[in-house]
Amino acid sequence: MRMARIVSLSRGVAELVHDGDTVAMEGFTHLIPFAAGHEVIRQRRRNLTLVRMTPDVIYDQLIGAGCARKLVFSWGGNPGVGSLHRFRDAVGNGWPVPLEIEEHSHAGMANRYVAGASGLPFAVLRGYVGTDLVSATPNIRPITCPFTGEVLTAVPALRPDVAIIHAQRADRAGNVQIWGITGVQKEAVLASARSLVTVEEIVDELPPQPGAIVLPTWAVTLVALAPGGSHPSYSHGFSVRDNDYYVAWDAISRDRETFRRWLDTEVLDRSEPRTTTDTTTSEVGA
Amino acid sequence: MTVAPSFTADEMMTVAASRALRDGVACFVGIGIPSTAANLARRTHAPGLVLVYESGTLGAKPAALPLSIGDGQLADTADAVVSVPEVFNYWLQPGRVDIGFLGAAQIDRYANINTTVIGDDYRHPKIRLPGAGGAPEIAANCPEVIVVVRQTRRTFVDRVDFVTSVGHGMGPGDRARLGLRGAGPTMVITDLGILTPDPETCVLTLSSVHPGVTVDQARDATGWDLAIAGELPTTLPPTDEELAVLRELEATKGQVQ
Repeated sequence: MRMARIVSLSRGVAELVHDGDTVAMEGFTHLIPFAAGHEVIRQRRRNLTLVRMTPDVIYDQLIGAGCARKLVFSWGGNPGVGSLHRFRDAVGNGWPVPLEIEEHSHAGMANRYVAGASGLPFAVLRGYVGTDLVSATPNIRPITCPFTGEVLTAVPALRPDVAIIHAQRADRAGNVQIWGITGVQKEAVLASARSLVTVEEIVDELPPQPGAIVLPTWAVTLVALAPGGSHPSYSHGFSVRDNDYYVAWDAISRDRETFRRWLDTEVLDRSEPRTTTDTTTSEVGA
Repeated sequence: MTVAPSFTADEMMTVAASRALRDGVACFVGIGIPSTAANLARRTHAPGLVLVYESGTLGAKPAALPLSIGDGQLADTADAVVSVPEVFNYWLQPGRVDIGFLGAAQIDRYANINTTVIGDDYRHPKIRLPGAGGAPEIAANCPEVIVVVRQTRRTFVDRVDFVTSVGHGMGPGDRARLGLRGAGPTMVITDLGILTPDPETCVLTLSSVHPGVTVDQARDATGWDLAIAGELPTTLPPTDEELAVLRELEATKGQVQ
């Protein structure tokens, strides 16, 4: 049977994320894959099309580091704090590189992932009608219901090259368990050609967990151990949201030089956590 | 009568917004003042208010005021936690969430809302704002929408620069013509007063002023010729209980439980 391989984070990113790829890093406030995002910055990926419903601090960092040429999104802010300064600088001034944007609503983006996960070319919803998003974003189109004649809205499926998510745990076979606010991660993984899941822990057997969803190993490409990999967001049951970091990001990101210093000391000059190991378990249970 | 308590304009706005939420209804809550007001309502006159956050937490009962729509305590205290596609498709889209609670960077006379860009050129805006989030479909599909926003000439404009979320479009009949099933904004609550759409013209009309605010102040803070309701009541000031609970709540903001 096809199974996920367990690799180090650096190997996972090197293997799955290529220059020019369309990459979806998901996690709705919870379980945001920051460690993987920083690894993408360290490996100096360029010309990425970044997809994310809420490109908050993680994409502000990737955009400021010059990894992205395009952003597909529905809400770009620092939750509870304010604006994303690197995002605004890229859109407004082309710094450090110009950033093209494709803008949707949350309902539209969620449905685009659902269509991608479902193997459909587009999704239908009651949305966008009467808004200026329709003229700003060319791929929002009207569609007539063949049964009732009602005019609804169609948006195309999202089919990223790679999805990156963070989860609480995986077993050694690569089955992934996620609980708490599960967002749109399952849909993002199933919509994408390849996927990398970073996890808090790898266990022999997944224990029962109320409200958890499981991504079976054969639906995942690579799993990498990255304890604390969602910081400054959180991993329900493992860590709490570092609200002070989000507040501090406002000042760090406001100024290009302050941001560059942050990038050097906090990302580029660091290697990934030592706890991450390169092991493959492709033999286990195969 | 007891001595009037001292309170800020923001506190009056938040209290007025909380009073607009009836007990037992379900409310789609955004972060900021809407979340504060909804949590205040649940602790005062509306203990049965169902808080729905777009992170998929249905019936959240947070002990502290959350800093984001996805704080862990929302999931811990929710009746159900569902995925993001589910919250939009199964719960919001069919109109199951009675009231949508929205903020705005700009709002116009027909209560259309802009949270996308300031400036005429979308590609080269004067100010890039966060964007739509859940708002367009909340505005379209919730049976009723309440907007909470501070009233200034920069915010209350004749026409919004970008329609992110449709209020009453270009006037009477526009929502029906667009196929929008909810009633749209029924109330705009500000730090100066409460505006409601005129039943004939759909134009936002001042229908209550907060204590200590004059009609001229409200007019000066509005970018169109603001109409005033024939009988203009003064909003009841916050009660001691409302103020005490609100301040207690604000002190818990962002605390991790």
